[in-house]
Amino acid sequence: MTRTLIRGGRVIDATGERMADVAVEGGRVVDVGAGLGGDQVLDAGGCVVAPGLVDLHAHLREPGGEQAETIASGTAAAAAGGYTAVVAMPNTEPAADSRSVVDFVTARAIAAGRCEVLPSGCITVGRRGHELAPFAELTAAGVRLFTDDGSGVQDPLLMRRALEYARGLGIVLAQHCEVARLTEGAVMHEGECCSRLGVPGWPALAEELMLHRDLELVRLTGTPMHFLHLSTAGSVELVRAAKADGLPVTAEVTPHHLSLTDELLASFDGNYKVNPPLRTMADVEALRVGLADGTIDAIATDHAPHSPETKEQPLDVAPPGMLGLETALGVALAHLDMPLARVLAALSWKPATIAGVSDRHGGPIEPGGAANLVVFDPDERWEVAPARLASLSRNTPYRGVKLRGRVRHTLFDGRPTFRDGAVAT
Amino acid sequence: MKHLLAIDELDVADIHRLLELTDHMVEVNQRPNPKVPALRGRTVCNLFFEVSTRTRLSFETATRRLSGDVMTFTVSESSVNKGESLRDTVETVAAMGVDAFVIRHRSSGAPWQACRWTTAAVINAGDGWHAHPTQALLDAYTVRTELGRTGGFDGLRLAIVGDVKHSRVARSVGQIFAALGADVVLVAPATLLPVVAEHATSDRLDDIIGDVDVLYLLRMQRERMSEALVPNLHEYTERFGLTAERAARLSDGALVMHPGPMNRGVEITVDPAELPGSVIGHQVANGVAVRMAVLFDLLGSGSVA
Amino acid sequence: MSEVPAGTNGAKQVLGADDVRRAITRMAHEIIERNRGLDGVVLLGVQRGGVWLAEALAASIGDIDREAHVPWGSLDVSLYRDDIGLRPVSPGAVSEIPFDLGGATVVIVDDVLYTGRTVRAAFDAIGDYGRPEMMQLAVMVDRGHRQLPIRPDFVGRNLPTSTDEVVVVTETGVAIS
Repeated sequence: MTRTLIRGGRVIDATGERMADVAVEGGRVVDVGAGLGGDQVLDAGGCVVAPGLVDLHAHLREPGGEQAETIASGTAAAAAGGYTAVVAMPNTEPAADSRSVVDFVTARAIAAGRCEVLPSGCITVGRRGHELAPFAELTAAGVRLFTDDGSGVQDPLLMRRALEYARGLGIVLAQHCEVARLTEGAVMHEGECCSRLGVPGWPALAEELMLHRDLELVRLTGTPMHFLHLSTAGSVELVRAAKADGLPVTAEVTPHHLSLTDELLASFDGNYKVNPPLRTMADVEALRVGLADGTIDAIATDHAPHSPETKEQPLDVAPPGMLGLETALGVALAHLDMPLARVLAALSWKPATIAGVSDRHGGPIEPGGAANLVVFDPDERWEVAPARLASLSRNTPYRGVKLRGRVRHTLFDGRPTFRDGAVAT
Repeated sequence: MKHLLAIDELDVADIHRLLELTDHMVEVNQRPNPKVPALRGRTVCNLFFEVSTRTRLSFETATRRLSGDVMTFTVSESSVNKGESLRDTVETVAAMGVDAFVIRHRSSGAPWQACRWTTAAVINAGDGWHAHPTQALLDAYTVRTELGRTGGFDGLRLAIVGDVKHSRVARSVGQIFAALGADVVLVAPATLLPVVAEHATSDRLDDIIGDVDVLYLLRMQRERMSEALVPNLHEYTERFGLTAERAARLSDGALVMHPGPMNRGVEITVDPAELPGSVIGHQVANGVAVRMAVLFDLLGSGSVA
Repeated sequence: MSEVPAGTNGAKQVLGADDVRRAITRMAHEIIERNRGLDGVVLLGVQRGGVWLAEALAASIGDIDREAHVPWGSLDVSLYRDDIGLRPVSPGAVSEIPFDLGGATVVIVDDVLYTGRTVRAAFDAIGDYGRPEMMQLAVMVDRGHRQLPIRPDFVGRNLPTSTDEVVVVTETGVAIS
């Protein structure tokens, strides 16, 4: 068996920080210390060595949306971004409301072998919002997180039943908070920029109303919930109060909601259209504070590939969504005023806990631990070149923007999936 | 100036220049043979993704009076649904060799996107709810001429009444009058105002009608009733329509304007022909001259990038 | 010698105010003589430099022949230039032609005659207002370098110049820089 040596890096994990080499063999970390040896060497000089990143929220599009992304290309993008585990969203065609779809996704991911894909399941059949999906059947197929993401569950009674039924199954229900009646036709955040551009708006209230409803349903039923892509200052307040009351809730925020505002849509560039939309600087700042004080637990990319032809359509018609896997680390380090270990917690071990995979992802780098690791230069400044992204799509909002922090190597199950800045073949 | 997309992309000097150029075009239009060779050899393509006979004819006439050649594409819904995208259409036509596009589209921002796919000049003939700069220019020109205000509109009071939220005309007219120094107030129920308004607002037409110098009425579409924006059109007319009673309270010399076409009995219940302040006919007449000025400024006056 | 306006940027004064006035008077006489009277004669000053000169010629003609009242107007040719799109153009005031050109003898008046393209544009512009019986050309300065077969009927002064020089003509004199 080959022994891989990660040499000369600064190891950071949940237990602390130390200069050390890391030796990997047979899919496990076998030694951590100074002056180690190995058969193949991955240079980590000037870099941080950390547990691989875990994304709670990515759209891999397969089955049904292969022109925008496949599980093979999406996991390559994940590897390029330093991810070793990704929760795949269920809004595929067909939707992941049956065992066969879940098994298909899992099999494709194993064949691609670039990272672990954790398929999520729908809360309702077909994500149509009328009948509960078969939670137990999907749990047997390995699903732990359930969501109708792409939309929220509109019917409060159905949501209550879902939470009651889920109790005791050891699963997490996750909500895309959006009261659909308040956002019909919406193109961007409802505010000053939207009024000026003459397009329908997506009011912050549409997210906060459903969030408030669900927090109260959690209070009523006691079932834990996770809240996807929070985007407003009001949402941060609601979650903060809920946690203070001891409610079993967790929340995530995307890199783009931590760094971009609605003014970008004045260019009418569809690459800035996303659901929930980019909002104001006040919202961005509240989200950063919420992440720093632990109100928000994790950064999740909401990686949403769309082909260039679809994104080039007029703004009201273009589908919402942005790429995120390959730029998450670079955006986080460029925009967050937090210690590096805290940023890594939000990108790695906290989402690993929420996803239920902390036995093998996000864990301390020590002998016996799973070798799911990322090696990155925390100071390197770089610019996204859309043409060289590993994703099949190009809809990144960071074209020409300087990011900070670049992945050099990613190891999944002890194998380099990204090596010296390129996807390993 | 390479394109004319929105009033808020012009500076005041540009606005005055275009209005002064319009004087020349008005003079041309008064001749027995209203034609000058200024844009000979230039081709202007009208890309109308939304039906609009009046504006399209106005642009066609303007181009022909400058001796330019006209190409018109009225893209129906079906050809767009067949998969020919905005980008395809613009690039295909651009490859045929045009000097300018005049684009009207139901989606806000379409003309800005078109600029990315051609080096020709782009004129926005109306995009979604967003902007209609040539309408604003002809409205400003009409007021400038009727009130003799060639130096600007300082102290002039303009009220725009109606469905401002969904009106590209309201946005552009408000912008141009404000840029020229006027005081602008938007009059409508809150459901028909933008969430964040660029100007002062009021929901009581009766309070301000005696104080305005220009009353600008917007078309109130019957479809708005079904979107819970107003309970019914009758109530809209009661609160915001220009009735005979309100018309009588207009001050002497106040102008009444409308971008057309009018929904008689809704936003206006009097016959404009009987309103001494109505300049609605002048607005239409000035449309061709204004569009000639815009075309000449973009293609003929030599101020190219 | 009459007072010479101060030259700027190395401008060289070649004619003073008195010279200009005398030239106008002489040209006025020539116009009357050539046309054997003033029947049907109208003056059209080309925007912008020819307008003051047309007015001055009309006044001068009025001084010579008290009974004569020669109509004059102004003509904007910016919409007729052949270099549209090649260099910036800002139209002057709108043309003012308060008389009928049909059958008239139109004397086109401009301050400087150079390549002849402005005069050609004036021919086209006049053609869109009517059909004169005859057109003549009066200029204060002919600086040479014609690019079209156009020649003036009445000239204030012939001034050979080089193409990198600029000629400025006003009531107070003519300067080359």
